[in-house]
Amino acid sequence: MAELQYTADEMMTIAAARMVRNGTSLFVGIGLPSAAANLARLTHAPDTVLIYESGTIGTKPNVLPLSIGDGELAETADTVVGIVEIFNYWLMGGKIGLGFLGAAQIDKYANINSTVIGPYGKPKVRLPGAGGAPAIAASCGEVLITLRHSPKAFVEKLDFRTSGGHMEGGDSREKLRFPGKGPVAVITDLGVLTPDPVTKELTLTSVHPGVTVEQVVAATGWPLKVAAEVKTTPLPTASELQVLRDLNERTAKAHAGQA
Amino acid sequence: MAKILSLQEAIAEFVRDGDTVALEGFTHLTPYAAGHEIIRQKRRNLKLIRMTPDVLYDQMIGAGCAAKLQFSWGGNPGVGSLHRLRDAVEKGWPQPLEIEEHEHAGMAVAYAAGASHLPFGILRGYVGTDLTPHTTVKFIDCPFTGEKLAAVKAIRPDVSIIHAQKADKAGNVLLWGIVGAQKEAIMAAGRSIVTVEEIVDKLDAPPNAVILPTWVVSAVAQVKCGAFPSYTHGYYPRSNAFYKQWDGISKDRDTFTAWIDKYIMNTKNFDEFRALLEKA
Repeated sequence: MAELQYTADEMMTIAAARMVRNGTSLFVGIGLPSAAANLARLTHAPDTVLIYESGTIGTKPNVLPLSIGDGELAETADTVVGIVEIFNYWLMGGKIGLGFLGAAQIDKYANINSTVIGPYGKPKVRLPGAGGAPAIAASCGEVLITLRHSPKAFVEKLDFRTSGGHMEGGDSREKLRFPGKGPVAVITDLGVLTPDPVTKELTLTSVHPGVTVEQVVAATGWPLKVAAEVKTTPLPTASELQVLRDLNERTAKAHAGQA
Repeated sequence: MAKILSLQEAIAEFVRDGDTVALEGFTHLTPYAAGHEIIRQKRRNLKLIRMTPDVLYDQMIGAGCAAKLQFSWGGNPGVGSLHRLRDAVEKGWPQPLEIEEHEHAGMAVAYAAGASHLPFGILRGYVGTDLTPHTTVKFIDCPFTGEKLAAVKAIRPDVSIIHAQKADKAGNVLLWGIVGAQKEAIMAAGRSIVTVEEIVDKLDAPPNAVILPTWVVSAVAQVKCGAFPSYTHGYYPRSNAFYKQWDGISKDRDTFTAWIDKYIMNTKNFDEFRALLEKA
């Protein structure tokens, strides 16, 4: 059989999608998490309940939303609720099993920055800010994070801590009595990092096919911990790639059409 | 009872210089026509509130309407930064802009507290973030369990403005789809304006629909496509193209000012604005 051709971004989205267990209630951020969550729903996890912070519960979009409040999300949802209800009753009310976030920066304890690169008052890059992310990071049963791997993104010290992961490591998150367990995996275009069970420091546990451990270490802005045995992520299957590409194609077409 | 007015009349009567003003609509039903009319009538030193300041607030801030912004997510959705917001915060152009930055959950409970006539909303939030120095959040002990909770000052706008699908002739308003914090914003405000796509004889709404009875609304104004380039569920889709174009228009001060002059200051109303934009 001829080897499949795929991009690093496709591998990242597919690896992230595989982390979603079928039937999970899943609070989704826009961008990479939204792509992975919908891929999961369209492949191995059809009963996953997708929830966006715009109040759309059980949404089944045919194309990926450009904004968190696209009409597509409302039209294909089981129900649409207001902002106070989605945050108070559903998210902070502890109904959501899994949160799925992106980030501009992440540190070794999976705390994330989506606010600002550089000083707060004189930013180099001003990002949109918190949105629902801090509540998602604190309240969902578990959290997945997905972002592209680079030394600029994987930093020793965040320019701004927008959402709490495992804080300063060890039991420091537990002490804050967040309702949820926090990040359980970080999926990048190079591999998968998971927090050490005791120290909570992110540890490289899997590299994607063709990626070396050295490559991942070099793309990380702190001395990255590497598991004794690093697995290789299984290759994308032909059907995973097909479903993802179809989704992206439908999405590009739909958004280009709205002049 | 709500007055049925033109949008010009409604803004002239109910929005004053220095007011705390919330224009809500969570990506859906963003009240663009009303924001443009505020720019056209040159309101100044407004303290703007909005969970998701996007292109509309970029326009209002760049046009010099605002002295302060309270928000929890500021960006051009799916596109990138808000250049006019950044210029105001970082370089004070066209005037300095104070910002009070929150997380969505905090803004949500603050709106609910405002609508409930309570002094603050509470949540398990802001802990473990660097947001605290940039907001009005304080921490209190639960009187029953001692748990530490975040308290966010209630949002009580002088005036709140939203867009909705329809109203009847008595000024009762009906909206549906993604409804964000619109109901809370109206219920929390001293005065309120609702723009609607159409005014009909009967709303024909099922029980439990999101209805704002005429006696909690100050003014209703009909503006066709009043949420453009945002969308109105059941009427027209979002113009993703405009949001993308805005990045280029807003990047530099001169291009931005020329756009505001041509499309807002030199048009009479939102109909003229849309007609001119269609010709471009």
